[in-house]
Amino acid sequence: MTRHHVSATVNGDAVEFLCETQQTLLDVLRNELRLTGTKEGCATGDCGACSVTVDGRLVCSCLMLGVEAEGKSIRTIEGMAQGENLHVLQRKFLEHAALQCGVCTPGFLMSARSLLENNPNPTESEVRYGLAGNLCRCTGYHKIVEAVLDAAREMRGA
Amino acid sequence: MSTTIKYEPRELKVVGTRPIRHDGVDKVTGRARYGADFDLPGQLIGKVLRSPHAHARIRSIDVSAALALPGVKAVVTRDDFAEMPEEYAAAGEIVVNFYDVTRNVMAREKALYDGHAVAAVAATSEAIAKQALKLIKVDYEVLPHVIDVLEAMKPDAPVLHEHQYTQLVTPKPDKPSNVAKRLEFKRGDVEAGFRQADLVVEREFNTKPVHQGYIEPQACLASYSEDGQADLWTSTQGHFVFRAQCAKLLQMEVSKIRVMPTEIGGGFGGKNTVYCEPVAIALSRKAHRPVKIVMTRDEVFRATGPTSGANVRVKMGCTRDGRIIAAEAVLNYQAGAFAGSSVSPASMSAFTRYDVDHVHVVAHDVTVNRPKVAAYRAPGAPIVAFGVESVIDEMAKKLGIDPIDFRLKNAAREGTQSYYGPKLGSIGFIETLQAAKAHPNYRVPLGPNQGRGVATGFWFNAGNETSCALNINEDGTVSLVLGVVDVAGGLRTALAMIVAEELGIDVDKVRPSHSDTTELGFNFVTAGSRGTFAGGMACVVAARDAIEKLRQRAAKIREVPVDAVEWKDGRAQPIQGSAHRFAPMTLAEIAKVAGKTGGTIAGHAEINAQGAGPGFATQIVDVEVDRETGLVKVLRYTIAQDVGKAIHPAYVEGQLQGGVVQGIGWALNEEYVYGKDGRLQNPGFLDYRVPVASDVPFVDAVIVEVPNPNHPYGVRGCGEVSIIAPMAAIANAVESAIGIRICEQPLSPPRVLAAIEEAAATRKA
Amino acid sequence: MARIVLSGNLAAVTGGETEIALEVGNVRQLFQALAEHYPGLPENFAEDLAVAIDGEIYQDALLEPIRNDSEVILFPKIAGG
Ligand code: FES
Ligand code: FES
Repeated sequence: MTRHHVSATVNGDAVEFLCETQQTLLDVLRNELRLTGTKEGCATGDCGACSVTVDGRLVCSCLMLGVEAEGKSIRTIEGMAQGENLHVLQRKFLEHAALQCGVCTPGFLMSARSLLENNPNPTESEVRYGLAGNLCRCTGYHKIVEAVLDAAREMRGA
Repeated sequence: MSTTIKYEPRELKVVGTRPIRHDGVDKVTGRARYGADFDLPGQLIGKVLRSPHAHARIRSIDVSAALALPGVKAVVTRDDFAEMPEEYAAAGEIVVNFYDVTRNVMAREKALYDGHAVAAVAATSEAIAKQALKLIKVDYEVLPHVIDVLEAMKPDAPVLHEHQYTQLVTPKPDKPSNVAKRLEFKRGDVEAGFRQADLVVEREFNTKPVHQGYIEPQACLASYSEDGQADLWTSTQGHFVFRAQCAKLLQMEVSKIRVMPTEIGGGFGGKNTVYCEPVAIALSRKAHRPVKIVMTRDEVFRATGPTSGANVRVKMGCTRDGRIIAAEAVLNYQAGAFAGSSVSPASMSAFTRYDVDHVHVVAHDVTVNRPKVAAYRAPGAPIVAFGVESVIDEMAKKLGIDPIDFRLKNAAREGTQSYYGPKLGSIGFIETLQAAKAHPNYRVPLGPNQGRGVATGFWFNAGNETSCALNINEDGTVSLVLGVVDVAGGLRTALAMIVAEELGIDVDKVRPSHSDTTELGFNFVTAGSRGTFAGGMACVVAARDAIEKLRQRAAKIREVPVDAVEWKDGRAQPIQGSAHRFAPMTLAEIAKVAGKTGGTIAGHAEINAQGAGPGFATQIVDVEVDRETGLVKVLRYTIAQDVGKAIHPAYVEGQLQGGVVQGIGWALNEEYVYGKDGRLQNPGFLDYRVPVASDVPFVDAVIVEVPNPNHPYGVRGCGEVSIIAPMAAIANAVESAIGIRICEQPLSPPRVLAAIEEAAATRKA
Repeated sequence: MARIVLSGNLAAVTGGETEIALEVGNVRQLFQALAEHYPGLPENFAEDLAVAIDGEIYQDALLEPIRNDSEVILFPKIAGG
């Protein structure tokens, strides 16, 4: 099988990788680039555990091919904190106990950041619908929604 | 040694606060490593071939073409697993029939469900492994199958196991049956009780199977070396139990297998038992290379532990003023392909919330052509509570009594005789009813098509084998090595808090981590809400062991008798009233000189924790029913649960909220859908719909603390009770909203709409 | 002698008997005595049982003492999810 040569930016770093045609971006991130913070819960676009952004747009990386990443800028959970400073959302998730097993957490954080970039002042209901593409089986969403609302407040400087 | 440590009220500094969890930063930065995140050099990818038939005899398996495919390094089938005798054997405390376990891991004579493992390959890439599966030729003789529990109980039903005769019936049956076991519990004279009753309500309930639905599929990595030793990384609720099961199935010595528990992405009972682990080790043994197996979501749904679908009949009688006199239930639970559903705890939990003189419960454990059911949070209890709490709701409504008052009149309390055995000890059921009744949510006015439902839940909770080690480091920090797996709930932090409280140090001075199976003695799986109860007791034992050594060491250093030294606020100091004066020594000061004064100091615990305290919860839910579509929207949810003591209240709330939302999914959306061919039609999260954030409201969690007298901090355990009442509470709320009692779940839109239309048609006719 | 109460389940194999008095010093001796007394008990019956000795519940506690005036109730073990 021929492998395709792909150049992209991941969390600000230029990367190059070889991948097979059918390999998903999720597969590439986890198995070629060894960025295992992005999780696979279903591989069918239904759980959001694999959420990343591609040129600023939130996508399920299990639904995108690795070759489609050519020339794109990808952000994953590994690039969310800046040095030793956690992103506000990361900090709020910790403070609000918004994670249990944590396997959904990278996906939720990516989705929540994207949500707040588009809507800095969401209502509870907007947060719930904004995160409806991410499944969490542990928390019942209560503390996740609280954490996101609180992060939004802090990010607005309110 | 069996261990119980009595509760002592005391002033608390750490317990009851809300520190950041120790595993938190790793989990928000993507560092945390789960089952699928481990790799070894030279590893192969394992894939499992699964039966497409619900029931089929396997005449032959031809793997030659698969083995010939370049890149394929090993294939295993039933021939690679030893026959196991038909006997119940303890493997690490879980008593299982290894005759069944080996057949569930790899089908032998027959494939018993859609998704049953039939063969497995290890290849240099996933693509090659998948291609190899297509080259395996299995010659099946397709047999008639049965999935519905009542169908399976009929005398002419297709029988899954020709050697299975119903246990615990006399005379011994002369025909094999899908009914593996009949259970019966009796108290008083239920017929006489019904004769005395002013009101008798009898109803029949049916529920669909659901899945635990953890977001992380099962994943493991095995490496078998030429000297017969195996290393296994796996996502498990109990690495010692997995070790025991693998050792038995692969006929290896226990010490030859080392299991490293990875971070676990949810389990809820579904990761108490092995699936791919023995297969990965067997493949690695044959291929001489490490083998990694990660299940797909489809495999998780088709082949791992769902719950029972069930049929439950409940009959209850009470007096005019609402005193329950007699209660009867028949429980028929699917066990899946092999005997052993959760019908036993279900039948013991059915009426235990109430003080009833006359009780009769009969239960059947029924094998059907579905994956073998696994535990799911308070296994079996939500299903029967759906029935019992619906009937109670109906009685209360008919008598015009407030549903909480009705339950208060009948509530079990300390000293209430259960119908299954013991008297109940100190419990907090009444306190949860009172807390629910006092909650403002109980008085919010309701609009049209809205209804309020109440229901309650009870769970036993458990103790069992537990060990831990607590090493005092040279700078006075503590490394806490745990044998109970933190299955997500924040157990590591709760236990570190207990250790910090005991030692009198800050919680961030304690670093908790999981052991592998070589570092500690045996630990049972984290199940039965036992983590904080039993793990906490072990930590107290280990901390007190360390404190004893610290006192002795300080006495030696200060040259005073040991009984002149007490441990208080993190230091060894003169005991009050002692004639011996000396300068106190902090933990850090002793730790600093420990090496030169006799060696490092550590505390240990190896216990079998006894005295688990039963947990109770009362839940209130408000729903709105869309009469046009049948959609049930949950508006408001309240849970009051007695947890004994909340070590870390935020994580306790998390258990309450998480369990409730799983229960909402069970009540409203989730179900396994089988085709006529016995195949599962919805093995994915698109068609098997678990609740998403927009489906549910905030869940108001009220923590009730009636201490368990048999735990040093009063802990009962809190992980399971929360899932028990939602099915019933929601059914009761829907009845309040639309005046129709629906006894089948899930209450998905089509089912609710059908009920509304049927009721309208009956009214017209 | 200790008063032993069998939960309803076992009645099918004890000829309907649900109560018996036995002279036993601990849980292990109790299980042995029961096996001798009721040959119809399944071989693995003890594996499935918990006991309540004078109101305190024990699982897997073979050496837990039973006094002569104890009341011991046998019922199925509990696991969980
Ligand atoms: S893994 Fe991509 S959405 Fe589930
Ligand atoms: S924290 Fe476990 S799935 Fe969300």
